[in-house]
Order: sequence, then C-alpha cells, then structure tokens
Amino acid sequence: MKRVLTVALVLALSVGSAIAADLKIAVLAPLSGPVPSFGLSTKEGALLAIQEWNAKGGVLGRKIVPIVEDSQCTADPAVNAANKVINQDGVKFIIGEVCSGASIPVSEIANPAKVIEISPTSTNPNVTVDSKGNTKAYIFRACYIDPFQGGILAQFSAQRLKAKKAFIMYDQGNDYTVGLANAFEAQFKKLGGTIAGKETYTKTDTDFSAILSKIKDANPQVVLLPDYYNIVNLVTKQAKEKGINVPFVGGDGWDSSDLDLVSSAGCYYTNHYAPDDPRKEVQTFLKAYAAAYKDDSGKPKVPDALAVLAYDATNLLLQAIATAKTDDTTKVKTALEAIKFSAVSGLITFDKLHNPIKALTILSIKGGKVVFDSVVQP
Amino acid sequence: MPGRNKVTKKTLSAGQRRGPPLAWVGWSFLILLAVVTVLYVGLKAVANPILFLQNLLDGLKLGFVYALIALGYTMVYGIVKLINFAHGDVFMVGAFTSYYAVSRFNLHMWPAAAFPSISPNLAVVLGSLTVILLSMAVCVILAVTIERVAYKPLRDAPRIAALITAIGVSFFLEFFGALPFVFSARFIPYKAPFSTHAWYIKDGIHPIISGQASPDNTISFSNIFLIIAAASILVQVLLQYIVKRTKIGIAMRAASYDKPTARLMGINVDRVISFTFAIGAAFAGLGGVLYAIAYSSIYTQLGVLPGLKAFVAAVLGGIGSIPGAFVGALIMGQAEAMTMGYISTPMRDAVAFSILIIVLLVKPTGLFGEPAQEKA
Amino acid sequence: MEQLGYLLSSTVKILGLIAWIFGLLWGLGRKPLWQKLLTIVAAFAVIQALFGFKIGSFQFFSAFDQGLLFQAVTMAMVALGLNLIYGFNGQFSLAQWGFYGLGAYCSADVTYRWSNGDAGGLIVVGLGVILAGVAIGLVRMFLNRKRGVPVLSAFTFYLFGILAAVFIAVQVGKPLATACLPLFGTVDAPGPLSAPIFLQIVFPLSVIFAGAFAAEVSFLFGLPVLSLGSDYFGIATLGFSIVVQTLMVNSDTILPFPEMKGGRGMIGITKLTTWFWAFAFLIFVIMLIRNFVRSSTGRATLAVREDEIAARAMGIDVASSKLLAFVLGSFVAGIGGGIYAHYIGFLSPNTFSFIKGFDPLIIVVFGGLGSLTGTVAAAFGWIFFLEGFLRVLLGQLGTDAPSWRFVLYPITLLLLMLLRPKGLLGTTEWGFFQASIVKRKIAAPLDKGKGEGVAATPPPPSEVGKPTTGNKH
Repeated sequence: MKRVLTVALVLALSVGSAIAADLKIAVLAPLSGPVPSFGLSTKEGALLAIQEWNAKGGVLGRKIVPIVEDSQCTADPAVNAANKVINQDGVKFIIGEVCSGASIPVSEIANPAKVIEISPTSTNPNVTVDSKGNTKAYIFRACYIDPFQGGILAQFSAQRLKAKKAFIMYDQGNDYTVGLANAFEAQFKKLGGTIAGKETYTKTDTDFSAILSKIKDANPQVVLLPDYYNIVNLVTKQAKEKGINVPFVGGDGWDSSDLDLVSSAGCYYTNHYAPDDPRKEVQTFLKAYAAAYKDDSGKPKVPDALAVLAYDATNLLLQAIATAKTDDTTKVKTALEAIKFSAVSGLITFDKLHNPIKALTILSIKGGKVVFDSVVQP
Repeated sequence: MPGRNKVTKKTLSAGQRRGPPLAWVGWSFLILLAVVTVLYVGLKAVANPILFLQNLLDGLKLGFVYALIALGYTMVYGIVKLINFAHGDVFMVGAFTSYYAVSRFNLHMWPAAAFPSISPNLAVVLGSLTVILLSMAVCVILAVTIERVAYKPLRDAPRIAALITAIGVSFFLEFFGALPFVFSARFIPYKAPFSTHAWYIKDGIHPIISGQASPDNTISFSNIFLIIAAASILVQVLLQYIVKRTKIGIAMRAASYDKPTARLMGINVDRVISFTFAIGAAFAGLGGVLYAIAYSSIYTQLGVLPGLKAFVAAVLGGIGSIPGAFVGALIMGQAEAMTMGYISTPMRDAVAFSILIIVLLVKPTGLFGEPAQEKA
Repeated sequence: MEQLGYLLSSTVKILGLIAWIFGLLWGLGRKPLWQKLLTIVAAFAVIQALFGFKIGSFQFFSAFDQGLLFQAVTMAMVALGLNLIYGFNGQFSLAQWGFYGLGAYCSADVTYRWSNGDAGGLIVVGLGVILAGVAIGLVRMFLNRKRGVPVLSAFTFYLFGILAAVFIAVQVGKPLATACLPLFGTVDAPGPLSAPIFLQIVFPLSVIFAGAFAAEVSFLFGLPVLSLGSDYFGIATLGFSIVVQTLMVNSDTILPFPEMKGGRGMIGITKLTTWFWAFAFLIFVIMLIRNFVRSSTGRATLAVREDEIAARAMGIDVASSKLLAFVLGSFVAGIGGGIYAHYIGFLSPNTFSFIKGFDPLIIVVFGGLGSLTGTVAAAFGWIFFLEGFLRVLLGQLGTDAPSWRFVLYPITLLLLMLLRPKGLLGTTEWGFFQASIVKRKIAAPLDKGKGEGVAATPPPPSEVGKPTTGNKH
C-alpha cells in the first residue's frame, strides 16, 4: 500500500509543468443536469469552430485542444469544472457556461485568475459586471444583452403589428427573459401601448393553460414570449388549442430546428441571422455544421441559437488570440475589447461592459417556414 | 380548494368528540385557513366564472395525467413498500418509444398502408392504439428488468438500500438516455400519431379552427383532454376489477398484507411483485404517450416532475389505495390549476405541497389510507 | 503520462483525505486534553500547509481541490445532521436539503447586508432568532401546564408565538439598523463598522444564527409533522424541501427580499469561508453530534429508533426525543449552509432542488446508517470521487466522455448498494466516534429478540412509524 502511494505521489509530482505546444481551450457546458440539450448545442458549436481553426493550422501555429467539462447549469459543478480546467489543465481560455447561474460563479473564479471567459449565452448583466458595477476585465459574452432586443421587439409590435395592447409572459428565474420583458414593457409603453397583463412561470413548467386563459381573457393584440424554443413549443401549441390567435413575439432563444413551426405560425422572433441570409459567414457555417453533425435520425443538423453563439464566441476568442499574437490573457483581453469581428451573428464589437453590439434580424413564421422580415441596426 | 375544505370539516367533528384541552385552537386555525382559501377562490370565481371553469377544466386535465402515473406508484408501494423513483423515468421511456415508433417507423400508418380500403378514422384509431400498446409493452419489459436486476437482490436488505437504488436507476435512465446515441439530450418536438382538435363551448360545441381565434368568454377543451380523461377512468375501473376480482389481484392483496404467509399459501410472491411492476409500468407507458401528445415536447427528464407530483398525489389519497390515488391526483391537479390561475404560476409547487402537508396532518395516512395495514 | 499522473494523484488525494479524517478522529479520541488540542491544530495545519505546497508547477492542493474540500466539509456537516435524524433516530427525512438552503440564504443575507452598510440583517436575524427561542420556551412552559394538548393546537401556539417574536424583531431591528447607519460611513469615508475585521466577526455570527434559524424552522415544522408515520414523514419533508425551493424562486416577488433575486440567483456574497472557519465549524459539528449521541438524551434517541413502544415504556418522551434530534440535525444543516454560501459566493435555487437533496441521503447510506465515521469519510470520498476523480478521468478521454459522468455515477451507486446494502462501514466507529460502544450495550439485548446483528439500519419505517400518530395525544 505504502509503495503504491509513493509511486503515485512521485508520478503525480513528476507531471510538473508539461507545457505542450498545444493551446488549451476549455468548453464548460451543462452536459448533464436540467438542460443537457443546451450543453450539447454549445459543445457542438464550440468544437466546430476549433476544428475549423485547427484545419487552418491552429492559432499562433499551435494546435488547439478543446477540454470539455460538464458543468450541469449549477453553481457547484460549474465552479469545480472551472477550478479543474484552470488549476489542473492550466487552461487560460474558457468558453461557457450556458446558464447565468453557473456563469456568474465561474466568472468570479476566472476573472481573478486572469483567465478569459466568453460566455456564449449567459445574459445576466452580472456575468460581466460585478455587484458593485465594475466590469470584470476578463469576462465577455457573445449574446445580446436584452434591452436592445426587447426595445426592438416593442417597436416592431407597436409599429409593424400595430398593436395597442400587449401581454407579457416570462420566466422569472432567467435574466434573459426578465430583461427582455422589462425592456419591452418600457419601450412599448413609451410608444403609447398598454400592457394588458404580465405573467411569470418557471423553467420546469409544462402546463401554461392558466396563463393562456388569462391571455384569452385579456384579449391582447400581441404576446411577448422571450424564452427558449422548448418553452415556446409548449406555449404556442397550447395557445392554439385554446383558440388564441394572437401573434407571439420573442427573442433569439426561439431559433432552433426544433421550433414547432406549425403551432407558431404567424409569430415573429428576432435573431442574429436569417437562414437564407446570403452572407458568406452564415452560409459556410450552416454548411459546415450540417456536415459535421447529424441528428438522431441521421439527417444533417440545423444549428440552434446556442450553437451559433458558441461558435461565434470561440471564433471571437481565437481571432483575438491571433490578433494579439500571444496567448497572454492581458493582451488577448485588450484585443477582444478592440475587436471588430464579422461573425455568423453579425459584425461584433464589444461595449464597455463587455457586451456585444450587433445587428438584429426579425424573422416571421409563415406556412411552416421561417421567413426573413427585416433587419435592424444597433 | 373544495376538496380540502370538506376534509377539514369532517375531521373537525372527530377532533371535538375526543376533547383534549385546547383542541379548538388547532382546528380553528385550520378552519380559518380553509375559509380564507375558499373565500379567495370563490370571490375570484364569482368575478369571472368563465375563467374559473376554464381553470377547473385545465386542473382536471393535469389531474387525470397524474392519476395515470400515480397508480403505478401506489401499487408498487402497496406491495413492496418501495418508493419507486424510477417510475417517472419509465413514463419518459414510454413517451420516447412512441416518438420513435411514429416519427421514425411510421407505425401509426400501418392500418392505412395494409388495408387501404378502411375508413381513415378507423385507421387512425387502430394505428394510435398500436403505438400505445407498443409503448406499454416496452415499459413493461423495462420495468420488469429493473425490478429483477436492481430491486429483487435487495428485497431482504434494508429498505433504504432499495430506495437509493431506485434513485440510481432514475439517474441512470435520465442521463443514459441523454447520450447522443440513445435518445439525445434535445428537447424533441413530439409528432403525435393523431392530430389534436379543440372545441369551444358557446351555445353548443363548436370546433376551433387552427389559425382562427375562438370567441371571447368561452371555455375550450381538446380531444386529447377527453382521451386522457377516458383512459384515466378506464384504467381506474380496470385496475379495480383486476385487484378485486381476478386471481392475481387476490394474490397481490395477499402479498401486500403479509408476504411470508402469502408464500405459505402457495402464492409465488416474486411473480406477483413482477406483475405489479409490469402493470404499473403499462399504465405509465400509456400515460407517457398521452402526456407527450398533450404537451408535444419530450426530453429525457420529462418524467421527473410529473412523477413526483403523481407520487405526492398517491400519498395525498392514501398510498396503497387505488381510488385514493385517483382522488389525490384530481385534488393535486385542481390545487395547481387554481394556484396558477389565482396566485402565480411559480408558486404552484409550494401551494400543492403545503396542501399535502396539511392533509397529512389532518389525516396522517392520506384521504383514503387505512390506518391499519390494509393495502391493496 | 500526464493523464496518468493526474489520475493517480486524484486517487492519492482521496486516500490521503480519508487517512487524514481517520487520523483526526483517532487523535480526538485520545484521552488527554492536550493531545486532542494538538490533533486539532495539526489536522488544521497539515491541510493549510498543503494549500501553499508547490513543487515546480505542481500543486498538491490546487484551487480545484480546495473547492472540493470546502464542499466536502459542508456536505459532511449536512450528512452528519441527517445521520443523527435518520441513522440514529430512524426518521426518514428529506428536509435536510431545505434547511441547508435556509441556512445558506439566511447567513448570506446577513453578511450581504452588512457588507453593503446595513446592519439590519444581523440585528433582525439575531434578535429574531433569540426572541423566537424565548417565545418557544414561553409557549412550552404554558403548554406543559396543560397536559395532552393536541399537536395541531400546540403548533398554532408556537406559530403565533414565533410570528410575534419575528414581528417584534423587525420592529425593533429597523430603527436600530438606522441608528447604526452612520457608523458604516460612506464608500469614500468608511465608518468604524465597515472595517474588514467586523465582517470576520459578523460571518461566524451569521453562520450560527443561520443554524439557529434553521433549527427554529425545523422545530415549527417538525412538531406537527414528526407525528406522522415514517414514510409519510419522509414525503412531508420532501414537500418541505420543495416549498423552500419554491420560496427561494419567489424570494423577490412574493417574499420581500429583492437582494436575493429569486430564481436568478443571489450575487455579491463576500467569499468569507476560509479553511480556518470551515475546519472550526466542522470540528464544532463533529463534537456536537458525537457528544449528543453519547449523552443520555442521545441514548434515548437511539432507543426510540430501536423500538418506540419499549422506549416509551422506559419513560422516554418519544415525541420530544424525535423533535430534539430533528432540530439538532437541522441546526447543523443550517451551519453547513452558511459555510457553503460564503464559500461559493453565489446562491441559486437550482442548487437546492430536491433532486440534489438526495445527495446527503446517499452519503449517509454509503457511509453506513448510524456510523458517524462512515458519514464523514463518505462525504469526503463522495465529493472527491464524483467531482474530482470522475471529472479528471473523463476529461482525459476526449470531448464526448464528460457526458458519461452522470451515467457512471448511478452505476457506481447501484453496484455499491447491491454489494454493500448496509453501507461501507455499517455501524463501525473509529477513534473519537467510538463512543457508540454504548449503543452496542443497549442494542445487545434487543438483538436476541430481533434475530439479527446490531441493527445497522432503522427497521422498516412502516413498523416504526405507525404507532406515533395515535400515541401522540
């Protein structure tokens, strides 16, 4: 026993600083826990970007090695995963986490350790800003922060849909939906509309009949539903069964090949791009993604918003490393702050709070298809 | 909530008869709670009766789904005293089986393909029934396997070991199912073997045409609601018949009273237990398919919350009692629907579980639970 | 090579820590006081020294392991409390996770407010906890005079007593907090109370208060609910955990705590948990539980587990005995929560979901019901296996492997349960905990009647729990 221990200890110590020529990037995704679906998309998007860079010869002439960790969308496992990749694998760059509830504690570890973290989809302001209001120097995000998107949706509802009365339903446990809802409400009121009602739910809900009954009763002209496609599918289907024929509008969370286009016919949502967007980045990405991943029935996969954002986040990071010509995180951070990168989700720059600024596309769902409607510049 | 109020009053008289000191304090506190609740809901109901009826109907739908799952919990508990946490995941497997049967293999189309001449309605009914039966069969095989592999070796071990095993099996099914080559971790839009139709009630029953709004102040319901209700009641009756009238049912009751004695009477207790698991799983499979059709989105953790709620419903009604599970499920459904309708959706679990705790305090073995060891 | 090294070192860490625990318990079990103290100091110093220990770039205890260590310490506390409730008293409780959450939120709120220049949290919570304790004592005195008050009525009295206490605490606390306000000063000119040293004093206070808070809630909840049969008690406690979690989700909408941010998670909690505090509270909890189990009250608790009717015949107040174990277990869970909140610095209701609430139960069963040694060892082993070893192992196996973590974990769970259904250690104790020899003396005569070894686990709750409801009145 003692001998084994000694051997193990010696081995463990001898590992030392094996600085490989490889550049390690950690991908923290909720592969188990409540939303493994989001983790899968994120992982796929990030790994695709890394593969593409490796095919081009890596970054700084070094091969990029992804380290995927399961962070479960929950604080403790995410913290463990972050600690592990930072301290044990010596990672200096993290893509992730998906959920704000996990990204915030991760950012509190990454930032003091001067590890760059780009969260693809965590919209809580406190991911990049600490509780005192200071920007965390090494933390970025690739998704919209909500006021912009919510404002555009309100404007769209009031002007294009000519709605006077709106109803808002949102997940009160998710900053993404709360932020969008608040921004929408403010802007919609400013444009002279009234809010007929505001209802909340939680992410584990499947039965929305009570909220929908209230919508039916309130009789609004538009309903804001800023959530991910899994919730949207449930809500729109149940709404149809209740005989509610009001357009639902939502944000980029709707974007998925799994969106139920039949139930959500006549609805609108904002996104980073339209699938028929002629831009080269979009088309090559869609093709590459379809080539790389197949769904469970063997058909090529269409990326959802999470995959797109993870892909963009990874590209942003690698581009910044290439620009900085070093893997020194302080310099990469500066490069990221000044970056102007044409990503799949549009031309991205970062504001002072490390939130991206990019254009917004509005899509409508008609006849079982997602159709381009209009584009809004920031 | 109507059910709760009744219970309070009934037990109140029982409490007063005994007459320990200061008993009135506790009862008046509970009555106060009940009165406030009833008054609150009642005022809201009077203010908007249509909305109230709609909530009532939605609560019934939830309740019937819970009833289907609760039966499996209550039967298994009645006979082996095990909280079978994997039951909700068997339910999930039922939903996934039907999804694959329908969207991958078009199983629901076989009557139309095999007998082109039969009426399309009959073809849909036959096809859907095949899908449901297949799901039920898969669930039965799965549940019996779980029972044989994971629970049977632990039958003489402390009960907690079996409980931990059940939790382990539940985790395993959820996360093994989430692997890319099994079910995948996605939220999958469910393709139903038949299409859903909805109706609204206003001077008679009119269909809701997709893409058109139904008139204001109407109550709507859908065919899936009717099917769930019918299935739930049918299963209820069937189970009562099995347990009360058939030989295996008598054996089940005997085994739940006293296993060693039942064994002495020549009952193959292991087979009875397997049968209990099988029958519970069959209804879970049925419930899984209907749930998936009703809510149209499936993923591997689909069964966790409905499973838990159904279990709680079984406890509420008195675990081990079949009508108890049914009534408990309906109460649970109403409690949730009313909370969602009149307080707020995120509070519904808190209210539902508070009701559970209060009911247990008033009647410690649940509404229909026998104080003695009588379980069926 | 590198991979293998990490794998081995992570195995070494698990073994080393288990050895450390056994060493600590052994040392604590020595008779002379100075040896006990020496052990405590040495056990503390060993780990503390390892934090800074580095050879080249290799760190024996990196921040990764430190994090796991803190999680293991909190988990050990929660599991010890649960073992007291379930293992030693036979009450199958799933509420432990709820009390853990209550403790975490309570303690976090106190220090959060303090570090934002508001002494109200500390004053209201502290005053509330003390006044509620007084109220409980007064109501108890009143009820003791009238024998045989039904549980529900007693509950109503306690409820209103505690509500009154809380009301007074809030009313008194608010002006006091306003009075303290100038002492904090502003951001530019910090007052005397803003000094970091105060936060170091407020932190342990907040943890103790959080424990007391959890204990009082558990008293109120346990009083009526403990009269249920054991399985029904289990379900009611599961319900409690879910109600607590739902309230956390609604803490900013239904409850008046905007700083908790509901389902979005509470941020801005200062990370005050150091190894010193974590270790100090762990030792405190270990001593508390062990001395309780060893006391005559503790032996009564054990007797209740073995046979309620016999215990009652021996003159043991069964209901009070159960309640005491439950309250003490929750107190410990609350303390664990306080330590956890200040380690992670971020609280979200997701962490306290009922599914994760099975973790302490799994640990307690793994370690062996009724074995405190087993519980502590299992808590450390479990965290370092699931979050350490499996993570490291799967991380090496490529990008698809991490999805398998929660597939391998239940398989391990199943295998362990099939191979050792009574837990790894059964009821064996070690060192400091070996006091439970007492238990064997009591258990021995019972064994003959029961026809099995030292009853390692509570008898099936259906046998234990039933009589309670009737006999309570």
